[in-house]
This record gives sequence, structure tokens and C-alpha cells, in this order.
Amino acid sequence: MIFSFDLLVNAIISGILIGAFYAAVTAGVSLSFGILDIVNIAHPSFIILGSYIAYIVNASLGLDPILVSVLATPLFYLLGAGIYQVYYLSFEKRGQESLRGLAFFFGLLFITEVVLVLYFGVDYRYVEARYIGPSWHLGFVDIPLRILVPSIVSLIMIAVLQIALTRTFIGRAIMAVAQDQFALKLMAVDPIRIKRIAFGISIATASLAGAFLIVIQPVEPSVGREYIGRVFAICVLGGMGSLPGTVIAAMLVGIVESLTSTFYGPSWAPAVSFGFLLLTLAVRPAGLLGR
Amino acid sequence: MRSSLFLVICLVVGAAIFAAALALNNDYYFFAGYVVLQYVVLATAWNILGGYCGYVNFGSAAFFALGAYSTVAIHKLYPLPLPLLVVAGGIVSGVVGLGMGYLTLRLRGAFFAIATLALAVVLQTLIVNWDFVGGSRGAYIVRPEAIAPFGSYIKYLFLIMMLLAIGAIVVARLIERSRLGYGFATIRDDEVAAEASGVPTLRLKLIATTISGALMGMAGAPFPYYIGYLQPSSAFGLDYAVNSIAMPLIGGTTSWVGPLVGAILLGTLQQVATVTISSAVNLLIVGLLLVGFVIVAPNGIIGLVQKFIRHRPVAQVGRHKIEADASGHVP
Amino acid sequence: MSSMTTAANPVAPDAAGNVLLSIDNLGKRFGGFVALDGISLSVKSGERLGLIGPNGSGKSTLVNCICGALQNEVGSVTFAGERLNGMTGHQRTRRGLSRTFQLPRPFASLTLADNMRVPLLYTVASRGTVHGAGAIEARCLELLREVGLEDKAHRLPRELTQVEMRKLELARTMASEPKLLIADESMAGLTHSEVEEILALLMRLNAQGVTIILIEHIMSAVMSFSQRLVVLVSGRKMADGEPNAVMRDPEVERAYIGQ
Repeated sequence: MIFSFDLLVNAIISGILIGAFYAAVTAGVSLSFGILDIVNIAHPSFIILGSYIAYIVNASLGLDPILVSVLATPLFYLLGAGIYQVYYLSFEKRGQESLRGLAFFFGLLFITEVVLVLYFGVDYRYVEARYIGPSWHLGFVDIPLRILVPSIVSLIMIAVLQIALTRTFIGRAIMAVAQDQFALKLMAVDPIRIKRIAFGISIATASLAGAFLIVIQPVEPSVGREYIGRVFAICVLGGMGSLPGTVIAAMLVGIVESLTSTFYGPSWAPAVSFGFLLLTLAVRPAGLLGR
Repeated sequence: MRSSLFLVICLVVGAAIFAAALALNNDYYFFAGYVVLQYVVLATAWNILGGYCGYVNFGSAAFFALGAYSTVAIHKLYPLPLPLLVVAGGIVSGVVGLGMGYLTLRLRGAFFAIATLALAVVLQTLIVNWDFVGGSRGAYIVRPEAIAPFGSYIKYLFLIMMLLAIGAIVVARLIERSRLGYGFATIRDDEVAAEASGVPTLRLKLIATTISGALMGMAGAPFPYYIGYLQPSSAFGLDYAVNSIAMPLIGGTTSWVGPLVGAILLGTLQQVATVTISSAVNLLIVGLLLVGFVIVAPNGIIGLVQKFIRHRPVAQVGRHKIEADASGHVP
Repeated sequence: MSSMTTAANPVAPDAAGNVLLSIDNLGKRFGGFVALDGISLSVKSGERLGLIGPNGSGKSTLVNCICGALQNEVGSVTFAGERLNGMTGHQRTRRGLSRTFQLPRPFASLTLADNMRVPLLYTVASRGTVHGAGAIEARCLELLREVGLEDKAHRLPRELTQVEMRKLELARTMASEPKLLIADESMAGLTHSEVEEILALLMRLNAQGVTIILIEHIMSAVMSFSQRLVVLVSGRKMADGEPNAVMRDPEVERAYIGQ
């Protein structure tokens, strides 16, 4: 283990940037699990789906991958709304969300991954863009643009989401639906419709997160699996449904992972977020900024 | 039917299957049969925690792999006979199950499920970095050529797994018919009301996790001998996690029959499919069946059969009277 | 005057007037919100206590703290001479403390008979007072008979009506042979005659020696049933005494009209 100041600073900065990206990845789960209480463990596989869509359009038309993902958000929104409708009719209505709902999403996770394998194979895919390749050099600090750009756009996306949740009527209805469905009904708002919108938005974020991912690193179908634990760890740590909390928790996880990887080797990295999760659940399930 | 009679019937059926496989005189049937029986154990074990108590375990592969790796670790120290290795695997996995349960069972079901996923990854990372058992390079276990009086070793492995499968089913059935089974059902139905009714919910959940984990570990213990070369990716494979969930949900979660039916049907289907089509399509079919059944037939195949036979809602536990032993004491 | 039958008082607190349940300075907060603020209360063995208060006054929180569904941070609960602090819900049930839930929570996948069986097996049967499968089965049916649900013993809870669900809930609490039963809004949403049915059931239980705490919004039921009335407002005990006297208290009146 070679300890050097340069390495440390680079690791921390890298961790912060990756953390911002992790926050974007988790934002969807903060919505679906943190607010709606739906355990969508298939979320990472939708992110990978987003990555592949960005890849296809980028490879064939040369469009910027992040732009592609923004254009694809309506499609993902519809996908999310559709999935919620099935989930609601099959499980929520019957009160069986715990066992069968979980199995449902587990099945979706699986199906999505396998379909991608069948269609694209297991080779790594990557995208091309002007900011993939160059790096900024600030003294001894190296910041690859392919990480910086998605990080910044991630934070923008989360800021937009937070504003939408707190300042618009629908956004506030979404925050309210978790707490008091009855009150919503009294205001002539259909809670099911609100939940459907929220879940749709949740999956829409996956489109964007997917583009961020494939800009940062090459992607193949099973990459989603390492994000399952990360995403739920960050969501729980961040206080379940609090977007600011998610950002802080994500950066914390990003930094610790980065330090572990730099000083102990990358083979230990997967255990970091999952270990975080277990610890959080065991010790303080309410998270850092707990409800 | 008394449990002792049930055990005898199972042993007879098992012996008949073994004899039939011997008569076919092709080791392939033993290899394929081993996998199906392994899934019977895994599905039944999963169902004890998942179907009976309602707590979903996404990390079945971890307990399975723990059994396999405990065999590897012990084998390197001192070559014990296989039955003892099976017991050892069960103990290791059982203890880990207990520990994990203690950490996470105070939380809601959803958090427990996620925690099981986290545990599987943490364990895999630990094993991958543990050079004593080969780490990511894997470990070789030389399968003995033959063992008297069976001839090829696979026949011996098949027999062990057959006994494990019978054991798992008998245990599951015993639980169902005992006070424990009723307690599990109330945990699944309404944990708060169960606690208020005098059911020690945490203790029962820990029992379920321990038994479930131990059985999975026992299923994993002979695996290194079966496969010859053990890698973390194969031991911790996602197909174990998916199948141990899909088989009980497709077969039916409310009794020991469901996982058995699910494991035999799905296991056989997959053995046939792997030979004819790719394993990716194989897994896709499992995923589709899982999602399909969970939406359309929540009570699985046995649920469909029951609906077909009667046309009334059927109680899920308690069709049988509780068995009291000779002194009249209820277990 | 209410048209409810005023029940005769069949059971006075036992001769020694023993205190069965003693709540001492109980406090519970959720984050910054103080749900219970220094509540002290005692219930004598065999008594019929009514507990009323506006919504949000802390009645349910109090019940949850007594029964172990929540743990109080301040103060103590003593039952039959034993401090309950730290004990889990099932431990308290096994000691003779039982409750119904505001919204009935039957075990949906079990038959009515099995709904009786579970508390029997885990409380009474483990004490050794009921032996053998036959005796247990008989007791399950007997419990259902007490509430008039015997003919539905092998049906599932989802086939029951509202009032039948509440009766099932009460029968299930009786299965654990409680010394103290807390009936938490067991009559909400029922018709007049259904309310009388439940009241009669509770009176019968009290006659058999079960101490009962009745939490209700239906004032006529509370007034006719209770020997003593406690009023809870904003987490504090506002009044504690003879029902009619309590209801005439101007502060109580203000608390209700002010809501």
C-alpha cells in the first residue's frame, strides 16, 4: 500500500464525482422505494437498458449519448407507468406486494438482463463523444472529462427533480402520497395516478443515468448487478426519499469506494457499498438524514 | 398421515427412482438428476423462510456457496467423508443464517430482502479474496474415480442428494404440521397481530433463517465433488438465486408440495433446455415463467390445481390437525 | 337518557381491590413530537375502565406502549406486580395482557378455528393447561361459540362481515386467557344493535373476571359500560373518575368542543 498525498486527493475527487453519478443512479430508487415504498430491484437493469439505447443511437447516428437519453425519457416514462400499472393491479391491490411484488421485480431484473445478453451479447459496449478521452489537469489532480461531464449533468438532473418535487403541484402530491393517500383523495387527486406518474419519472431517470454510465465506463449486461446493492445502500443511507440526503450519501459511498479501490485494490470495491448497506440497516435504518 | 410413515414412503420412492436410474445404465441421468434433486433441496429450503414466513431471501446462492466452500476449506485440511462434509456445510450456513437474521430480521420484509442480496455480494467478495480456497482462480477437487458399492462416484453423489432432498421435504412437512408452522403462517399474514397473539416472532424468524440456510448449505457441500473445479462465479451464480425463488413461486408456496413440483418441473425443463438451446434462453424462460405465474397464478401450480378441484377459497395452512405425540403433548 | 341498556354491575374489583395495571409517568415521543407526556394511571383487577379522548390525543400510542408494540422512553408499566419495560409484545401477551386492533387484523390465510388455535398454542397451551390435539380443537370451537361464529369455524376471515371480524378479533384475544383486555375502538362503524352485541360480549367477559379497558368514541357505549372514565387530551391525562362527574367537568367539555 503506497500512501501518497497525490493519490489520496485524486481518489477523493474521483470519489466525489462518481458519487454525483451514483446519486443520479439512485434518484429513481429514492422515488420508487423511498417515497412510494416499492422495492424495484430491477432499477439497475433499466439503467443498463438506457445505456444500450444510448449506445445504439450513438453508434448509428453519432448523436451525443446524453442527448439521446434525454430524448428517450418519454419512452422510459411510459415504460415505468406501464410497469406500475401491472404492479398495482397484480400486487398492491391484492395486498401481496411483499413476497410477490419482490419476485416480480426480481423477474424483471432477470428478463431485462438476459434479453440484452441475447440481443447484444456479453461484449463490452462503449460510446463516443468529444468529452470522452480528454482530461483536465489541475496541478497533480487528474479529472477525466468523461467522468466530470456526467457528474455535473447528474447534479443538474437532481436539482431539477428536487425543484419539481417541492415546487409543483404534482411533485408535492407525490411527496404527499406516501404519507396520506386519503387526504389526496379528499383533494380530488387520484393517488394511483400520482403513484403511476412518480414511478414513470423514476424509470425516466434511469434513461439518463444509463447514458451517464456508458459515458463513464464500457457496459455489458451484467454490470447492473453491482449497482443493486449500491443503489439501495445509498437510498437507505440517504434517508429514504430525501434527494439531498441521497446526494450526500452517494458521495460518501463514492469516496469510500474510491479510497478502497486505490489503496486496497479493486477486488474489494463491491463489498464496500454492500457492507455499508448491511451496517446501515443493522445500526441506523433511518439513514444519515433519517425520517 | 404420520410423519414416520411419510418418511418411509419417501425412502421407498427414492429407492425406486435410484433403481430406475441404475437400470438405465447411463451416468448422464445421474448427473442431471443430481441437479434436479439439488434444486428440490434449495427450493424447499427457500420456501421455509419465503413461503411459510413471507421473508424473501435473494441470497440463496450465498448459503449454497458457503456449503461448497466449507467443503473446499475442510478438504484442504483433512479429507473427511462426504456425509460429514454435508453436516459441516449445514452448520456453517446455518450459523451464518442465524447471524444474518439477527442483524436484519428486526427490519421490515423489504429491507430483509435487500440485506440478503447485500450479504451474498459481501460473502462472494470475501471468498474471491481468500486465497486459501483458491480465490478468484478457483479450486480443484479431485473427484474419486469410484466408490464401492456404487461404481461411478456420481451415483454416490446422487444418492446423497436424494437423501438430502427427502430430508428437506420431511423437515418442511414436519414444520407445516407443527406449532411452528402455524407461527410461521401468522408471521406471513400479519406480524404485528402475531406478536400480539403471543407468537415470539423474532425467535421464529431466526429459526426459519437458520433451518433454511443450513439446508442450502447442505445442498452446496457436495457441489465441489460434482463439478470438479469450483469458481466463485459458479458457486455464487445468479441462477441459484433465481431458481430457488422461481421454483417455489411457480409450484406453490403454501406447502412442501409446491417447491417439489416446481423444482422437478423447472429443473427438468432446464436440463433439457441447456442441452438443446443456450443457457441464456433457459434463464429467460425461468424469468418469464416467474413473472407470469406471480401475476396470473399467485398460488402457483398447486393453487391452480386446488381451484380446479374445489371451487371455494381454500385455507392455506391448517388443513391438517396438529399431531400430538403419544403423551398428548403438542410439539 | 341513552337508549342503551345500562348493564348491571356484576363484578366489583376483587375484595382486596388489587391494582392489576399500573402506568407510571409514561412518556413517548416521535422525533420532536410528544405523543405521551407523563401519563400515570392505575387499573384495578376486575375493573371496567373507559378511555376517551379526541383524535390524536395519544390513546393508540398508550395502548401500543402498554402492549409492547412501542417502547416508552420515560416511565414504566407494571402489570400484576411485574415491570414490563423492555419486554416484547408476545411476552406481555403471555403474561395475560391482550388487545384488539382498531382495524381488525385477522390471520387472513388461516381459518377462523386456526385463528383461535395460534394464540392458544403459544400462550395457554405452553402453560400446560390445555393438553392434546383434541382438547385444543375443542377449545377453538368453544371460543368461536362464545362469539357466535362456530358455524363458520372452517371459513376464512375474508368471508366475514364487519361485525363478525370484530367478534373474531375479540375471540382471538380471549384465546390467550387474558387478565386484562384492551378493546381498542372495537365498535367503530357498527350499527346500534351491533354495538350492543359487542358490549354484551365485553360485559360477559368482565363477569368472568377479565379486567377491561374500553377505548371508544361512541359515548353512549362508554358511559354505560365504564365504572371509571379517563380522558386523554394531547398526550396528557385530563380527568380520571366517575363517568358522569368526568363528563360534567367543564375542562373536558372544552377539550371536546374545542376540537
